[in-house]
Amino acid sequence: MKLIDIVVQDAIAPTLAASTRDEAIAALMDMLVDAGKVGQSDRDEFIKAVIKRENRGSTGFGNGVAVPHLKQASVKTVVAAIAICAEGIDFNALDGNPVHSIFLLLSPEDQPELHLEAMEAVFGSLSQETFRRFLRQASTVKEVVTLLTDADTRQLSA
Amino acid sequence: MTTTAQQKVKVTNRLGLHARPAMLLAETAQRFGGDVTVQRADQDNGVDAKSIMQIMMLAATAGTELIIAATGDDAEAAVKELAALVAAGFDEA
Repeated sequence: MKLIDIVVQDAIAPTLAASTRDEAIAALMDMLVDAGKVGQSDRDEFIKAVIKRENRGSTGFGNGVAVPHLKQASVKTVVAAIAICAEGIDFNALDGNPVHSIFLLLSPEDQPELHLEAMEAVFGSLSQETFRRFLRQASTVKEVVTLLTDADTRQLSA
Repeated sequence: MTTTAQQKVKVTNRLGLHARPAMLLAETAQRFGGDVTVQRADQDNGVDAKSIMQIMMLAATAGTELIIAATGDDAEAAVKELAALVAAGFDEA
């Protein structure tokens, strides 16, 4: 699975202005709503569910990245939104550091293998220091899209 | 004396190695002193079992065979404990 196929290009915020985790999650979800990937009627429920999942165990896995996610029956294909926050957000991350890059990932509930493939794509990139650094430095949607494309074709050196 | 140990185990929970199981595996692996790796039986290279991100990169679905390997004084115990977690399906449905 390629990042560029799951990341909704209209749902990339290179300069997110959010000061809390829950604000950031809502902003990411709103981009997916505006892009037509999440129904307006699902918005509140989805946000609540992502936050609930986050409260059970942070998806701030360290190194300034977080991957809040949700599996939902009404989600038909895997979609992701990306936000970059220069100031950093407290995600209760495992390493205690603020989070600068957030991937919100929504997957269909009945296809766990799709969710795992999406996670593989996301972490295949996020586990590389080069990718994390470039992502954090990106200031336009175009730069993020270029980076995702490079990552998909493994053009980044480790 | 450094010892090594390894064991094959199948992913049994329906959702596979998603975030929560990956975190449980990593947290457990971190308790052991030596290197601990986890590898898909159908792939050549293992990943660091102490890293959630690397475990997630295995995309191990239900039914995937894993090889858990460890080195160090507590290698045997590490492999045993991690394999038991996987075999028990991480106490998920």
